[in-house]
Amino acid sequence: MLRLVVDLNRCQGYAQCAFLAPDVFAMHGEEGLLYDPQAQAAQRERVVQAAAACPVQAILIDGPDLAAGDAVGAGAAVDG
Amino acid sequence: MADSALEQLKRDGRIVVVGASLAGLRAAETLREKGFAGRLTMIGDEPYEPYDRPPLSKQVLLGHADAAHTVLPRRRDIGAEWKLGVAAAGLDMAGRRVRLADGEEVPYDRLLIATGVRARPWPNQAEAELDGVFVLRTRDDGAGLARRLAAGPRRVLVIGAGFTGSEIASACRERGLDVTVAERGDAPLVGALGGVIGRVAADLQRENGVDLRTGVMVTGLEGDSAGRFRAAHLSDGSTVEADVAVVSLGAVRNTDWLAGSGLGAGPRGIACDAGCRAFDIRGIVTDDIFVAGDVARSPHPLFGYQFLSLEHWGNAVSQAETAAHNMVSESTDRRPHMWVPAFWSTQFGINVKSVGVPSLGTEILVTQGSLAERRFAAVYGYQGRVIGAVTFDNARWLEFYERQIEITAPFPPPYDTVDRRPEGRHPVPADFPDPSVPTHGPTITLSGYSPADRRMEFTPAGH
Repeated sequence: MLRLVVDLNRCQGYAQCAFLAPDVFAMHGEEGLLYDPQAQAAQRERVVQAAAACPVQAILIDGPDLAAGDAVGAGAAVDG
Repeated sequence: MADSALEQLKRDGRIVVVGASLAGLRAAETLREKGFAGRLTMIGDEPYEPYDRPPLSKQVLLGHADAAHTVLPRRRDIGAEWKLGVAAAGLDMAGRRVRLADGEEVPYDRLLIATGVRARPWPNQAEAELDGVFVLRTRDDGAGLARRLAAGPRRVLVIGAGFTGSEIASACRERGLDVTVAERGDAPLVGALGGVIGRVAADLQRENGVDLRTGVMVTGLEGDSAGRFRAAHLSDGSTVEADVAVVSLGAVRNTDWLAGSGLGAGPRGIACDAGCRAFDIRGIVTDDIFVAGDVARSPHPLFGYQFLSLEHWGNAVSQAETAAHNMVSESTDRRPHMWVPAFWSTQFGINVKSVGVPSLGTEILVTQGSLAERRFAAVYGYQGRVIGAVTFDNARWLEFYERQIEITAPFPPPYDTVDRRPEGRHPVPADFPDPSVPTHGPTITLSGYSPADRRMEFTPAGH
């Protein structure tokens, strides 16, 4: 599983992502973009490529050094 | 080596972030990037880790994404203690403590408030509790509404045609559902973009099969004997029968928990300086309490230092980064929040984007494309300068107009454009509604001084 978000202020509809990872990104209308904010693990390589290829660098994905332990499960508030 | 107070703070101080959404998360990441190694506590009233809200009225309602799958990606590990599902209930400024709804008190050396807004509820509580009546702000709202739309209601009633309401109506039509939109103003989006663009939005809705009723108010929601919503009564005497009603009447700022604290917080948000430091009720700036995101009201150098409240995704990110930087910087290293307002919306297959503050504009000029083609760029003018711009399926022009706003370029623009359009080259009144009439429309609220200085020079900072 890979979490992503697109800065749609930046996005200008070049559609490189929709070409490289069509199961995650899709153009909606002439220049709108719809995407699945949680991609399957099998899509990781394609999403990473799409993020790298975006001409305006609008795609943010989970950082590579993210420790799994930092993610908080729903409702599981960690009290220190 | 001298160990300054700031170095101590960065090494083992306590920073508390109230509000675990987009602004809170980006601030936390920035604090760590800037070398804050102390104790970081994230407090959020929802039981979820930070998630993204814009998809809730788009992908989620279309059934393309699950509301539970909108958790925001992390730029880095933030090593925080999370207190989720428990709201902040009070602030002791003198004792530097946040009180939580469960009674716990959390001490801080620096506090960031990013509590955002909530959906304005339907004013009649009994009617609001009818089964089938929704608002759309949270992940739970989105999941509930998406489930109901998937079940195929006879008709959906959307109350309020601001951006959220229009996007909901668009999603309904795309799913083949009958939808009625009731709007108090003369057109959709009129509060944010004015009547000229509002009329285009109205045409778009009607062409896409929306039963759009403007100039009307919903006076009551009616349920059946089982407590299920079944019909709404309108101020023109008509009745709309529907299975689902979505109340999209704008947002309320989450400042109630600060009542009596002494902080300068109220219904319009929390006032702060250009460096995101909160003011107290005496108008004196604090040095340990910072604000970011939808709940902040901050003076903008580009708009005559008017206090702007921006319910914009990009503002939440930018202001959080600036606030976090300033929280762990010496006074002279701090920087002002100078983000040029910008937002987007997707509706009826059209990509709507804007920069600047259109609602300040008194005139509008279509500079590229044409309104009739639904593909255009239009510029807003205020006192002879470019103050905002909007595009429909023409986003690539926005960067240019953002620059025009930054350099306070003259309006109407002196340059010719390549394409001569049927609307001609003459500005027309932008036709915003009377600002004294309450409206849910604008996502920018103006308060404070008027931007009268046309000669102001503005040089964007390097961030």
